[in-house]
Amino acid sequence: MKITSIQALENIAKDVRRGVIEEVYSAQSGHPGGALSCADILTVLYFNQMNINPKDPRAEGRDRLVLSKGHCSPALYAVLARKGYFNANELKKFRKIDSKLQGHPDMNKVPGVDSSSGSLGQGMSIANGMALNSKLESQGYRVYCLLGDGEIEEGQIWEAAMTSSKYKLDNLCVIVDNNNLQIDGSIRDVKALEDIEGKFEKFGFNVLTIDGNDIEALVNAFNAVKTVKGKPSAIIAITKKGKGVSFMENKAEWHGKAPNEEQYKIAMEELK
Amino acid sequence: MNTEKKIATRQSYGEALLELGKKNKNIVVLDADLSTATKTNMFAKKFPERFFDIGIAEQDMIGTAAGFATCGKIPYASTFAVFAAGRAYDQVRNSVAYPNLNVKICATHAGITVGEDGATHQMIEDISLMRAIPNMMVISPSDDTQTKWVIEEISKMDGPVYVRLSRYATPVIYDKNEKFEIGKALQIGKGTDATIFATGDTVAEAIKAKELLEKKGKFVRVIDIHTIKPIDKEMIIKCAKETEVLLSVEDHNIIGGLGSAIAEVLTEEYPKKLIRLGINDSFGKSGKAEELMQYFGIDAKSIADKF
Repeated sequence: MKITSIQALENIAKDVRRGVIEEVYSAQSGHPGGALSCADILTVLYFNQMNINPKDPRAEGRDRLVLSKGHCSPALYAVLARKGYFNANELKKFRKIDSKLQGHPDMNKVPGVDSSSGSLGQGMSIANGMALNSKLESQGYRVYCLLGDGEIEEGQIWEAAMTSSKYKLDNLCVIVDNNNLQIDGSIRDVKALEDIEGKFEKFGFNVLTIDGNDIEALVNAFNAVKTVKGKPSAIIAITKKGKGVSFMENKAEWHGKAPNEEQYKIAMEELK
Repeated sequence: MNTEKKIATRQSYGEALLELGKKNKNIVVLDADLSTATKTNMFAKKFPERFFDIGIAEQDMIGTAAGFATCGKIPYASTFAVFAAGRAYDQVRNSVAYPNLNVKICATHAGITVGEDGATHQMIEDISLMRAIPNMMVISPSDDTQTKWVIEEISKMDGPVYVRLSRYATPVIYDKNEKFEIGKALQIGKGTDATIFATGDTVAEAIKAKELLEKKGKFVRVIDIHTIKPIDKEMIIKCAKETEVLLSVEDHNIIGGLGSAIAEVLTEEYPKKLIRLGINDSFGKSGKAEELMQYFGIDAKSIADKF
């Protein structure tokens, strides 16, 4: 069942963010910043866009998502739990030795995870393979691939972009979670990535730039790219790292750090 | 062994792939701008809709193959060994082996027998790299017959496989009716003076060495270890018990390759000295394949001279 009410989707995104904080606090490790920045993107995809059935997670004709920025697994796990792929109690076991919720997603352990990921730069090629298969078998399913902005410093992303373009993968939509921060600081300082939109355009993509923390803008963008034929699409989602938790917002230091008890309480209060 | 009829295992691969494509619609083939050299071009011509040339982008090729595998396809991904196991190592590790995906990495131009292209293109660490990855099976066929069998056989098994193929044309060792089994080494000869363990393009050299030694009154056996992982422990232990001298020969760095794999078994199961022939921790160089085999001491005469 697809949820269309913007208010309802916003409430789910808040639940997802609470899940993220719960996971990272329980594990006392993990990556809250990027997970919070992409929570709205994943919420819209899983609750409003994708053709999926939690009761049949490996259905052949399902839409697929590759979380190429695998370290943002807390957001994906929270979404999948909320969607009913597994019990939400599992979230508290994130990164623990007896949990299926590995630090980075494992497709063989977690129902609903379409691809293992973690080593940055690799997911888009995998998404291409899935999208090519959809075309080859005329199955019509769509493939989404969520990239980090820092991640696209990896050369393989651009190798993959040429492949998406060569094979006119209009059933592929990549989303760049453009929160402008990476571990060592701002994207601009570390690698001077600059014009991401222009880069994807030059690689043959249909590109939309939107506010990636605006649910309605995301719904509209995903609907719009579905109608584009003959080329792959890229949505540059301008987001805020740490979105929703005041002391984490726009702070590179919250890329990979867990909150202490006091910070946890403040964060959960803010996300009520 | 038919020394008149020489076929490079990359050629056998191309032919086998074409046959396999006819039998199994789930086979897709990926290449990285080397289809004329890896011989996937035969498949490409017959089944263009199932062939994907990813261009000079080996990392992307391996990832794309992984994506296909998540959808139930059986991708055969090919390029030179130096790019498949070297350049795309992390993609093989994380995108293919960790999720245990059914990708068959068929790497041609392995070893110094690549010849004139020289060290940058002579992959001598791939066995070492690939066998250290969990879930990965490593196979190094020795002739045309065995290669054709391997290429079809691995399509029937689920999981990642690295197949090491050669550019260098080598004699046809086995009759078409020969029975092979994954994980089971083959014994050629019953000599008890020594065992020569070999794999890939050094098996024919080992057999020639065996013949040279017979003329001198030394009777040895050759063990063709096509499956390097999982390795045939039983055969290694049996030979250690039955023969006096143990020697391994490979077109690979002696660090981490066939000799190392055998030594690991011997150390734990039946401690005995093993003489390892191979590339002695140096890079290759340009030259003709035959000259290089002599230079690095892995040709028949060099093997025989060790006794």
